[in-house]
Amino acid sequence: MSDEQHEGPSGDGGPAGPTSVEGPVGEPSLPPEVERRAARWIGFALAVSMLAAIGLFVSYVLGNQVQVQGVLLALALGGIAMALIMWAKKLFVPEVVTEERGDHPAGERELEAVAAAAAPGGEAIARRPFLARMLGGAAGLLGLSVLLPVVRSLGPSPGRSLFTTDWSRGALLVDEFSRPLKASDLEIGSVATVFPQGFVGSESSMAIVLRVPQGLLNLPDGRDADAPDGVVCYSKLCTHAGCPVGLYEKLYYQLQCPCHFSAFDVLNGAEPVFGPAPRPLPQLPIEIDDAGYLRAKGGFTATPGPGFWNRGSGP
Amino acid sequence: MTRKLFQWFDERLGAASFARKTLRKVFPDHWSFLIGEIALYSFIILVITGTFLTFYYVPSATTVVYHGPYRPLDGQQMSEAFASVMRISFQVKLGLLFRQIHHWAALVMVGAVALHAARVFFTGAFRKPRDLNWVLGVVLLTLTIGIGVFGYSLPDDLLSGTGLRVIYSIVLSIPVVGTWLAFLVFGGAYPPPDLLERLFVLHVMILPGAIAAVLGLHLAMVWRQKHSNYPGKGLNDGLIRGERAWPRYAFKATGLFVAVFAVLALLAGVFQINPVWVYGPYSGYIASSGAQPDWYAGWLEGLVRLFPAWEFRGFGYEIAEPFFPGILLPGVFFTIMGLWPWIERRFTKDQRIHNVLQYPREVPLRTAIGVGAIAVVVMLSIAGGSDVLASYLGLNIEAATKVMRALVIVVPLLAFAVAYLIARELKQSGVHPVRRSSMLTVRRAPSGGFVYEEVERGGFKSVEERLEEAHEAAGGAAGGAAGGGTDLEEQHA
Repeated sequence: MSDEQHEGPSGDGGPAGPTSVEGPVGEPSLPPEVERRAARWIGFALAVSMLAAIGLFVSYVLGNQVQVQGVLLALALGGIAMALIMWAKKLFVPEVVTEERGDHPAGERELEAVAAAAAPGGEAIARRPFLARMLGGAAGLLGLSVLLPVVRSLGPSPGRSLFTTDWSRGALLVDEFSRPLKASDLEIGSVATVFPQGFVGSESSMAIVLRVPQGLLNLPDGRDADAPDGVVCYSKLCTHAGCPVGLYEKLYYQLQCPCHFSAFDVLNGAEPVFGPAPRPLPQLPIEIDDAGYLRAKGGFTATPGPGFWNRGSGP
Repeated sequence: MTRKLFQWFDERLGAASFARKTLRKVFPDHWSFLIGEIALYSFIILVITGTFLTFYYVPSATTVVYHGPYRPLDGQQMSEAFASVMRISFQVKLGLLFRQIHHWAALVMVGAVALHAARVFFTGAFRKPRDLNWVLGVVLLTLTIGIGVFGYSLPDDLLSGTGLRVIYSIVLSIPVVGTWLAFLVFGGAYPPPDLLERLFVLHVMILPGAIAAVLGLHLAMVWRQKHSNYPGKGLNDGLIRGERAWPRYAFKATGLFVAVFAVLALLAGVFQINPVWVYGPYSGYIASSGAQPDWYAGWLEGLVRLFPAWEFRGFGYEIAEPFFPGILLPGVFFTIMGLWPWIERRFTKDQRIHNVLQYPREVPLRTAIGVGAIAVVVMLSIAGGSDVLASYLGLNIEAATKVMRALVIVVPLLAFAVAYLIARELKQSGVHPVRRSSMLTVRRAPSGGFVYEEVERGGFKSVEERLEEAHEAAGGAAGGAAGGGTDLEEQHA
């Protein structure tokens, strides 16, 4: 391996096109003036770094200004980085080495040797197959008996919790500040987020109440009676991935989910009309009490929120 | 002095020979090999800045009233977690800088891991003996995306809270076990009481530990197998060419680490990222549109947005919609990616050990498949911002969604075809894709007509011809092929 190979001009446009030599390298052979110039630049980069580090300390004492700190830290680090890379590229002579990759794969003889080394133990274990199986069984059982309770106590059993909400017959509809809502508070086109009284913030119960022109409502299964005077209430949990369905397109009477843009037809029982939501928003049957307040007539018409394996076993 | 030091260790550990081998270890040099290094350095920077942040972050959903230097939120109710992030951002010295370095480093790390995977894929570096390490790399890619998403959720701001709700729904949608799994992983129905504590443990202990372990194995394998080489004169699968670890390579690598840190510090200082005080604290019943996840989650968001409203019900059970785009399709994607070395081997029947890389143009079909896959991810990422796109283009969101549904299929097919044709053309013509491609001069001859003259020696040879030459040179007389380097030698640029 004695052939020399010359490379193209180095990428950083350095003064000396480095000559890569295979095999051992003698003394560095860069022209002295090139080395001197490189050393000056490296010194300059390190000086910048030191000044920036001092500046960082000062800025730390004076206050907490992120732009100044960021730039100073970048300079302090960048100076060192420049110095290291220039040092490598200018002051060390590049050396290209070609050598054998070495000892793997090991080859047939070594493989046989390994097999021979493993064999006595394997045979000794194989003489007691029943004990070997028992050992495996004991380890497995111990693992399970330790692991199962740990896994099991990571979280509560789902039970019925995904099916239940805090709505009950007669519950007052209140807004996020616990103020009861009157039917007369809602004008046509207006919309409000509501919770059952006493459960503000309850995720599964959050609902959205809107008023639309009563003649336009066309709810399925004769549920028009559950939306008195055109005041209709739906679960606010998107049936796709559970985001709050918070956008109301008044012109089209559509509720829209801001996460994945499923759209629900308010007039037609919140049937999904676009996007990935597979089911309508469950409706909350409501009535207007004698004082004009909105109250729930019961729970949602279906389990609210996104789908899951055993959702069908809900109410 | 150094001799004394080596002796001290050698007497205790017998480390002299290991140290000698390490210092003289040969590292092939090429810019594309630095991408993986950048990923590693970003991870180290993430651990450093992240450790700093754990001193101040409080993983608690307990409601507190904020009183602090940021006046617009003064007196507002928020979780302790959000309040602690406010404190880090406005009161802790260097807090905001470190927080922003942490976030920028996360963005850079996922990008570097993905680019590194692309480099390994397109150069065939995943072939035996590196197929095993490719699997670890794919695992690292998924872990990196996962840890990023959970970290993004920790500040408990309005955006991240909504993202968590979607993740919960996706876990919930898994057939048979999803309901239980969601309760075990997150600790209850949404919003689970100790969600932030669990995310915190995942983000600062379990996932970083897993990444450190897999990364350690990944690097140990690189160390053991030695780095691959791009094709070069006189190189074959039994040889390695590069420079020794000490001193030039070590200085360059350390320099790159510090440079990555410097760039991240500059980004963090000058470009604001994730200003949670603008978004405000999380609230279950508010969600805003225009919210974008970090870039690496955009393609998953796009999948979830574009997938049709399929839900299958029968026998009282259902497979919920989010399962398909949220679990099944990404799962298929990463499984195919992880098994790619074996999938390819089924067709090539190639059982040999490869240490010399391939150029993308040498294997047009693989290159085209890779380009197509990248196009899918890019189109899905664009779809993940369909609302922003729609408002820029003046489309309504339904039109934008429908257009994106078509483009997600059409564009990758086109990209596949174009990449295949280009690669095949380059392979057949032997033209280098980047360097000066005309290797002929055309002159008008005095007698009329044209004279073609070859400019570069060795021009117009197909890749196979050049490789053959290279192999001949390696096998034949050493020192026979002196003179100007061929186009295939670019690893020392």
